[in-house]
Amino acid sequence: MNLMDGLRIRVHLARPDFELQVDLELPARGITVLYGASGSGKTTLMRCVAGLERPANGLIRVGQHLWQDDVQRIFVPTWQRDLGYVFQEASLFEHLSVQKNVAYGLKRSQKQGATEALSEAIELLGIGHLMPRQPDSLSGGERQRVAMARALATRPQLLLLDEPLAALDPARRHEILPWLEKLRDALRVPMLYITHSADEVVRLADHLVVLENGSVKACGAVQDVLARIESPVIAGEDAGVLLRGTVAQRDAQWHLAQIDFPGGCVWVRDNRMALGQQVRLRVLARDISISAEELQDTHIPNQLKGTLEAIVADDHPSQAMVRIRSGESILLARVTQRSLSALNLATGATVWAQIKTVSVIA
Amino acid sequence: MNFPLNKDAWDAIGLTLELAACATLILLILATPLAWWLSQTRSKWRAPIAALATLPLVLPPSVLGFYLLVAMGPHGPLGQLTQALGWGVLSFTFSGLLLGSVIFSLPFAVQPIQNGFESMGVRPMEVASTLRASPLDAFFSVALPLARPGLLTAAILSFSHTVGEFGVVLMIGGNIPGKTRVVSTQIYGHVEALEYAQAHWLAGGMLVFSFVVLLALSMLRQRVGRVLP
Repeated sequence: MNLMDGLRIRVHLARPDFELQVDLELPARGITVLYGASGSGKTTLMRCVAGLERPANGLIRVGQHLWQDDVQRIFVPTWQRDLGYVFQEASLFEHLSVQKNVAYGLKRSQKQGATEALSEAIELLGIGHLMPRQPDSLSGGERQRVAMARALATRPQLLLLDEPLAALDPARRHEILPWLEKLRDALRVPMLYITHSADEVVRLADHLVVLENGSVKACGAVQDVLARIESPVIAGEDAGVLLRGTVAQRDAQWHLAQIDFPGGCVWVRDNRMALGQQVRLRVLARDISISAEELQDTHIPNQLKGTLEAIVADDHPSQAMVRIRSGESILLARVTQRSLSALNLATGATVWAQIKTVSVIA
Repeated sequence: MNFPLNKDAWDAIGLTLELAACATLILLILATPLAWWLSQTRSKWRAPIAALATLPLVLPPSVLGFYLLVAMGPHGPLGQLTQALGWGVLSFTFSGLLLGSVIFSLPFAVQPIQNGFESMGVRPMEVASTLRASPLDAFFSVALPLARPGLLTAAILSFSHTVGEFGVVLMIGGNIPGKTRVVSTQIYGHVEALEYAQAHWLAGGMLVFSFVVLLALSMLRQRVGRVLP
C-alpha cells in the first residue's frame, strides 16, 4: 500500500483536565474503529479530524489531501474538507423535510455522480419512503439512517461516524447494523467509526484503534489486536478472537458449512451462506478447551492443532489465558491452572484446541 | 354624541403604525447580526456590548430621550453629523422619532433572537459545516430558519413596544400634530384638555391592541413550537 493513500492523524491537544496525544497511520479502506471507554478521547480525536476542534500541533492528511499541517500553517476549515460526519444523536435539520435534509450536502458539494450516490445510499439504507416526512415524525433508527444518507450524499473521501448506534435501543441497533455492514461492503468509502461496544467492533471493524486516557493503547488489524493476550482489549467473558475466512463447502444433509481461514478450517451452522462468501467468525476464549493429544470419538466438531505460544494469568487465580497459534491464525483459550498443570503444558508445546461454539457474525 | 375619533386621532394612529412598522424593520435588520454575534462570540467585548444593548430596558425613557435630544440637537454630536450630511437636525422630526424608537426597543428585538440562536446549540451549525456549507450559507440556511420563533417574537415585541412608547417620543418628538404626534401622546393631550371621551376611545383601542398582540404571540408560540421543537 502506498503510504500516501492512507490516513495520517497526528494530534496533540492539551486541556486542563485532559490530554490527547495520538499519532496514527490508518489504511485507506474499510472501517477503522476507534474503541475505548468514555472519556478516552475518541470523539475529540474525530472532531480534530473533521476540523471541528483545532489541535495546537496537528497533522491531518487524507490520501493526498492535507487538511491540517501546523508546520506549513495549513488548516482547511470543516466545510472545505471532503468528509461526511454522522453524529451520535442524528442531528437532522428540524426545519427541513427528510428530502431536503439529504439534499442539503448534495447541493453544496456539486460532485459528479453525487445524485447517483444519493439514490444508491437511499436505496441501501431503505429510506425512500421517508422522503416527504418531517424529521420529528421519524423513529430514532430512521433518523440515524437519514443522517447517514445525508452524509454519504456528498460522496465524501472519508466518513466519520461517532457512535451512530449509541442513542438507539437494542432493537433499533440490530436494525441498523446490517445497513452499516452493507455500506462497508458496497461502498468504497473509508470510515472512522467510534464505539464502545465490543459487539460492533467484531461485526464492523477491519482495523482497530484502542484509546485510553487520550493515547493509543493498541492499533492494528482487528483480528491481530483482538488476539493480544497481554492487556486484552475485550476482557472478561467476551474475551476471544476474530477469524476471517471464506465459505469452502456446504453440507446440505447436516446444514453445516465449512469455513476456511489461514491455518485451519471449522464447521459452522449454515445460515444460507454462499460458497466463497467472506465471513467473520467469533471464537470466545471460554468456548475452547485444550488437550495434549487429538481427541477421538468426540462430539465436538471442531478441533485444531496448534502451538502453545503464551500463558498468562487470568483475572481469577484458578484460570489462565493461553494463546495458540494454528498456522497464521491465533486462538485464545481460557483454561484452569489445574488442567495446565495436569497436562504438563508449557509454551512451545503442541496442543489440540477443541472449539465448542463458533459464532458466525455476518 | 360626536364621532369618537377626529382627524387628529386618525393621523396619530396612522403615524404610530408607520413608526412601529419602520422601527420593527430596522430593528430586525440590526438586531439579528448583533444577536448572532452575542450568541457566538467569546470576545471580551461581549459583556459590555450585551449590557449596552440591554440598557434601554432599565433606563427611564425620559433619560434616554433627554440624551437623544441633546445628541440630536444642532450642537450635539449626532446633530453635527446629520447636518454635515445635509439631513438637517433630526429632533422634532419623524426620522428622529424613528431613531429614538429603534434605540428604545433594541433589547426587545435582540434578546428573543439571541435566545433563539442560543437554544439551537452549536450542533446544527457543525452539521452544516460537515455538509459543505460555508459559515454565511449555514447562517442563512440553518441558523435563521431555526431561530424563526425568536425572530417572530422579536418582531411582535418591537412593534408593540414602539406603539406603546411615550416618554422618548415626548422628549424628542415634541408632540407635533400630523408630524410627530403618536397615539400615546395624543391620549396625553386629550387628558390635558379634559377630553375624556376621546381619550377613552384611544386608550381602549390601545388596551385591545396590546391584548390581541400578546394573545397572538402565545398562540403563535404554541403553533411554531409544534413545528419546531
